[in-house]
Amino acid sequence: MSKTVFEKIWDAHRVSDLDDGVSLIYIDRVFLHERTGSIALQSLAEAQRTLRHPEQVYCTMDHIVDTFPGRGDTTVMPSGTAFIQSTRREANAAGITLFDIGDPRQGIAHVISPEQGIVLPGLTLVCPDSHTCTQGAMGALAWGIGSSEAEHAMATQTLRVNRPATMRVRYEGELGFGVTAKDMILYLIGRYGAKGGAGYIIEFAGSAVAALSMEARMTLCNMAVEFAAFTGLVAPDETTFAYLQGRPHAPQGDAWRQAVAYWQTLCSDDDAVFDQEIVINAAEIAPSVTWGTSPQHACAITDSVPAPAAMADADSQTAAERALHYQGLEPGTPMAGLKIDNAFIGSCTNSRIEDLRIAASILKGRKVATGIKAICVPGSQQVKAQAEAEGLHEIFLNAGFEWRESGCSMCFFAGGEHFGAGERVISTSNRNFESRQGPGTRTHLASPATVAASAIAGCISDPRPLMEKH
Amino acid sequence: MEPFTVHTGVAAPMLRINIDTDAIIPSREMKGVSKKGLGDGLFAVWRYTNPDERTINPDFVLNRPAYRNTTILLGGDNFGCGSSREHAVWALAEYGIRAVIAPGFGSIFYQNCIRNGILPVVLSDAAIAVLANSLEQDPQGTPLTIDLNQQLVIDGGGQRYPFEIAPGHREMLLKGLDAIGLTLQLDEQIGAFENRYRQQFPWLYESA
Ligand code: SF4
Repeated sequence: MSKTVFEKIWDAHRVSDLDDGVSLIYIDRVFLHERTGSIALQSLAEAQRTLRHPEQVYCTMDHIVDTFPGRGDTTVMPSGTAFIQSTRREANAAGITLFDIGDPRQGIAHVISPEQGIVLPGLTLVCPDSHTCTQGAMGALAWGIGSSEAEHAMATQTLRVNRPATMRVRYEGELGFGVTAKDMILYLIGRYGAKGGAGYIIEFAGSAVAALSMEARMTLCNMAVEFAAFTGLVAPDETTFAYLQGRPHAPQGDAWRQAVAYWQTLCSDDDAVFDQEIVINAAEIAPSVTWGTSPQHACAITDSVPAPAAMADADSQTAAERALHYQGLEPGTPMAGLKIDNAFIGSCTNSRIEDLRIAASILKGRKVATGIKAICVPGSQQVKAQAEAEGLHEIFLNAGFEWRESGCSMCFFAGGEHFGAGERVISTSNRNFESRQGPGTRTHLASPATVAASAIAGCISDPRPLMEKH
Repeated sequence: MEPFTVHTGVAAPMLRINIDTDAIIPSREMKGVSKKGLGDGLFAVWRYTNPDERTINPDFVLNRPAYRNTTILLGGDNFGCGSSREHAVWALAEYGIRAVIAPGFGSIFYQNCIRNGILPVVLSDAAIAVLANSLEQDPQGTPLTIDLNQQLVIDGGGQRYPFEIAPGHREMLLKGLDAIGLTLQLDEQIGAFENRYRQQFPWLYESA
């Protein structure tokens, strides 16, 4: 019988079927972080439960750890140190692999897991973080869970999972000049709504997706959760294998050859049936930016702030009105030219080497506009080291960007470092919810290219005029 | 975990769509390495005019006298979307919320509810609008009843609204079961699966 990639992975991991659509699914990898990891480990220990396979569990410090140079266990986040230290204690006691502060492999979970070859095609991986869908880019079934589910996964190496419906989103054709994966996903959510993918596992496919690098595929999959999907993935192909070969945790030698032979079977069969399909003409997508407080409030950078009355239904109209009020915007205002106070390049969406290269290519020989606070936070220490080897840090620093240690940083506000109330931020992160980046802060999501171009102009700007055509 | 069988309580309408977990429990309210101490931070940004000083916002629905002792929330679509933080559910539980009724839920939030004894009820937009209307006059005098056994929401006027829930989830809530304990009973099956799996994918275990 013909199957989708998802069905192949699901079937390979089905321990048993429990009831109506719920199966007990085997979990290959669990990834934790200091925000919730220690609570889950602690709570397991209190219940006198042990980890079934500690060697299949990994943990990083990303959410709470400071990103200032010279950082240690102390953080500006209230009680952050307690989270960091209890995570270290619990991780060591449980015997799991920890990527601690000071480790050259430390970074945001969804950046380092692929980087280290921990997530592999065909595997199941869970992490108590909603952006775990990022890792689906490797051709894995990776999804975000809560803390109790993390306990369940560690104690039993399984999860009880409702089988999601399948959706394929095909981007066909070629992307326009200056258009990136971030624009592709914002376009999708802008057009089909923040709950357009609810209940689905989404396979991103089509010629425009096949042409993407692994970094770009991760950006695309990262925001599947903003589309309300169970998760997203891209079928593994030669690009995936080339990325993974030689990574520290990836199979080597004979094992590698066996693995690749299996991975090559992980494609959706030609006549596989999806419950839902969306086809997008890649050429239609422009550099995109959000205007409101939901990821569905996205438009082309050449557009203007829409009128709430133009929204499809009453709920969306109310939400749009509220969003405009929060964002301090009037309908009809062109997005390009909107004055900003801050620029942020970072987060699990766009903090990989390719993101930094694109931003640097725009920043080179230019300066951030006066009065703009601009920050670049590489997603991992390895990305940071690579960028420094390429001299990118000097471009960022010379342009007036801060150059940080890796972590989640100001992607989200948790009582520590944040942007100011009423301030406007152009950000490469994934959530523009009210107060996400600071109490009362106004977030506009965009690609690294758009953020770099906007930082230079001091207002939201189309990056294309500053980009070199090849 | 406290079982959920039949519950009668005051319901409060919060009919905005996409109420995310950042709004339910802002990050900065997650102060301790614990599942406890979160109820106070529930909806902090809306509930307090100054969250740091806990200055009550009298306009926020849960602060209005009519909605004192609310135990049921009526939400808009995609309730609990966003961050996976289970703290959102722990905060709701600590505040005293036993059920959330909405047209749709964030999928991680939904699972988190089940794991913590909160019943997520999916009803249509139209049914929720009718319910919200029926409450409006006198929320205290017209509490809602939710009967999980019969899978029914019953309003003050006796009007019944049936809802669907997966049998496994229903069972877990009705009996207050712990999912880990249940799954551990399947240990033998998991072990047998693992043996087969390791033979089928030896490369997965040779390197890591
Ligand atoms: S970078 Fe932001 S979205 Fe990604 S895991 Fe960290 S806090 Fe979450």
